[in-house]
Amino acid sequence: MVLIYALNGLYFSAFLFLTSLGLSIILGVMGILNLAHGSLYAIGGFVGAFLIGMMTQSPVPVMLFVAVLGAVAAAGAVGFILEITLIKHMYRRALEYQLLITFGILMLIEDSIKLVFGGESRYASAPFDAMGSVDIMGHTYSTYFLLVMAAALAAGILIWWVMTKTRLGIMLRAIEMDREMAQAMGIPMRSLTIVAFVMGSAFAGLAGVLVVPTTPAVMGMGMDPLIMAFIVVVIGGLGSLRGALLGSIIVGLTRSFTVAYFAELEMPLLFLIAVVILIIRPEGLFGQK
Amino acid sequence: MMKYCYTPRAAIYIAALVVLLFLPQLLSPYHLMLMESGLSLAIMALGLNLLLRYTGVLSFGHGAYFAAGAYAVGLLYMYLPDKFTFENAILAAILASAALSALFGFVCVRHTRIFFSILTLALSMLLFAVLEKAYHYTGGSDGIRVPIPLFFGYEFEGMRRFQFLIGPYYYVVVGIFAAATVTMLAIVNSPFGKALQGTRDNELRAEMIGIRVKRYRWYAFVISGTFCGLSGGVWSFVNGHITPEISNWVFSGEIVYMVLLGGFMIFEGPIIGALLFTYLRLYAVAITEYWMLILGATLIFLVLVLPGGVMGGLHSLFSRLKLKRVS
Amino acid sequence: MLQVTQLSKSFGQFMVLYNVNFAVKENEVVALLGPNGAGKTTMVNLISGHLRPDSGKIMLSGKDITGAPPHVRIALGIARNFQITQLFEELTVLDNVRNCIFSVEGRSGRFFKPASSYERVTAEALDILETFNLADFAGEMAEGLSEGDKKILDTAMAFALKANFLLLDEPTSGVATADKFKVMDTIITAIQERGTATLIIEHDMDIVAEYTHRVMVLSEGHILADGASAEVMADKQVKETLFGVSD
Repeated sequence: MVLIYALNGLYFSAFLFLTSLGLSIILGVMGILNLAHGSLYAIGGFVGAFLIGMMTQSPVPVMLFVAVLGAVAAAGAVGFILEITLIKHMYRRALEYQLLITFGILMLIEDSIKLVFGGESRYASAPFDAMGSVDIMGHTYSTYFLLVMAAALAAGILIWWVMTKTRLGIMLRAIEMDREMAQAMGIPMRSLTIVAFVMGSAFAGLAGVLVVPTTPAVMGMGMDPLIMAFIVVVIGGLGSLRGALLGSIIVGLTRSFTVAYFAELEMPLLFLIAVVILIIRPEGLFGQK
Repeated sequence: MMKYCYTPRAAIYIAALVVLLFLPQLLSPYHLMLMESGLSLAIMALGLNLLLRYTGVLSFGHGAYFAAGAYAVGLLYMYLPDKFTFENAILAAILASAALSALFGFVCVRHTRIFFSILTLALSMLLFAVLEKAYHYTGGSDGIRVPIPLFFGYEFEGMRRFQFLIGPYYYVVVGIFAAATVTMLAIVNSPFGKALQGTRDNELRAEMIGIRVKRYRWYAFVISGTFCGLSGGVWSFVNGHITPEISNWVFSGEIVYMVLLGGFMIFEGPIIGALLFTYLRLYAVAITEYWMLILGATLIFLVLVLPGGVMGGLHSLFSRLKLKRVS
Repeated sequence: MLQVTQLSKSFGQFMVLYNVNFAVKENEVVALLGPNGAGKTTMVNLISGHLRPDSGKIMLSGKDITGAPPHVRIALGIARNFQITQLFEELTVLDNVRNCIFSVEGRSGRFFKPASSYERVTAEALDILETFNLADFAGEMAEGLSEGDKKILDTAMAFALKANFLLLDEPTSGVATADKFKVMDTIITAIQERGTATLIIEHDMDIVAEYTHRVMVLSEGHILADGASAEVMADKQVKETLFGVSD
């Protein structure tokens, strides 16, 4: 059973990683804590569930491919619109305004989802059912879970490659390290902050679409992932890729094992870990001051 | 002492108090209950603003102390029903929130800016998780019912909740609200309040004139948390039922919203904000299923166009008019 | 009064002060000179408790204050100003000074009566503002003052702490040249009235010559010269260090 718990833990971690990655990029590059991040996740979930529901006759790979593409594009597009209309005014504003505008956006998106998709839950379990399960050392385990882990891993490698090997990534990291210096070096801040926000939003959308084959898309589905991503970012460090990965694994495994053994302690324990880390190392395990 | 009673502010306060006392004659019972809810939330908004405006740190987790107050009342009823009197309940609310904010605040004041906000949020969610998961002790997400208490030995026997709320309890709320407002006003103008504002403006200088910055910030945190607890205690009777949602960060976000709506730069702003927010939400809910859309859009409008809130807007409007008249 | 022994401080690899020794007697006004980066402001930060030394000892009137937090030092009578003004910008000029008096009298924690109802403290604060020619601005926000007046207020705040040992880090930098001597006159008169021992960092040699009894020259982390003003200023090595010339 321990193996299954560990696998479940890693499966949680995969989601957390995808969600927190976006939050972390936005926080790192723009210095803004996006409280509406969970709502972008919900957009991914609803768009994905809608697309899967439309294509019940298609083969699973096509279905998943279209759903993922659609969800990521939708979340990315919403992110783009938010950045160029609202967020761009916020970089020089005080912290309270930055937090409150994303809080306002959260309310706006939640109701817009209701407006567009109706308030009902949307089921989209077709890919999950169709993929069946595999045998891992005598335990049956859903193939879909393994797929999600692979997807998160791929996304992680992709973003690592972008951040370390490409010009874009190096410029983004320069902004993270020292905003003023980056500006002085002639880095195109405006377009890069848009890229960062869209990228962060798209990752939230990806996490959202990957979850709907296992649990239906419901109103407020982004709230828990937001808080979890939040804990991951706190544990791992603000704006750190390694931190997001390690934080996700810590939170994922903790969650899986506490759910298995002391279900009631799950959330309190996670918050406790986050709080203890914030007290000892406010910049997180891998964050820079 | 006498000379402070004749300032324009004191005159406005007395006028406002008179209006509040006559409201039961003017408002429908339904609106009166809303007013009660708004007034109890105003105490919390004042508390939050002691940190935001006067200490310069933004808490996104003040729901925790509100919840501490409200749950102190609820748990008192659950476990010590024979001790369940109004005065005991309010005392419990104050003590519980003071203790919790002393504990959480001790951790939080070591940080400022975004770390402070994140930490307060995380701590409030810790309480939320505990309240929700400890089903056997707190009723979990079902929450706890809060009935009408004894008042200094006086029992409102046979009185229905509704009558109690629009009758005697309204005056109790107004009384506590007035006392809380005057107390907070005294605090922000006292040497302590000025020292706090000093730490907000310049931490280094404050330290170098001998102010113990972290300790004072901690005191402010505890005072602020206790106001929230008092607010939660008073409100729990108005609402009649409490759930862990009040410790959720979304509720804490709404408190910040209230303060901003009224205008956090002006002392009375948060009071106006709490009242306006209560009505704004009611009307939004009444006119459309998509009330969050209205609240969200209003908030975004505030941040972008009216960052000083309603009171801040009025204030700059008046000073502009005055300038015109002079020139 | 103040005794500094074997004081050392480094930032990472960079040694700023190395085994510095000196003492300041009561009523003495000492100038601390030295080229930029010699460690003068670091010295002020160490004595005022903003920084802790790596090694060495700081004694005030026989008490070891090396590890004492700032508020303890202030209670013992050490006060400082800032080279780069540090004010409570969103408080009135009066409240800036009043905050200092409340703090040093241990009343900053009082939280019921309005600050303005403490009449003696208010009178005292207004008195200080009067001395420093800031009384006209008492009710204005500190952020509205001119740069020069901000600098003077910064010094006035150090003054309001009723210190018996005062650290003044370039009290006239940023003050209009025409006013420099007037400001120094004010400061020195007040110091002498109270008999406050003072360590002044100053770049203006005319001011040093006019107002200080004794000069210490700090260079590359140690004291190069220490003695009566005229004597030290005539020293060849000092001239080289300070002005980069040797006649």
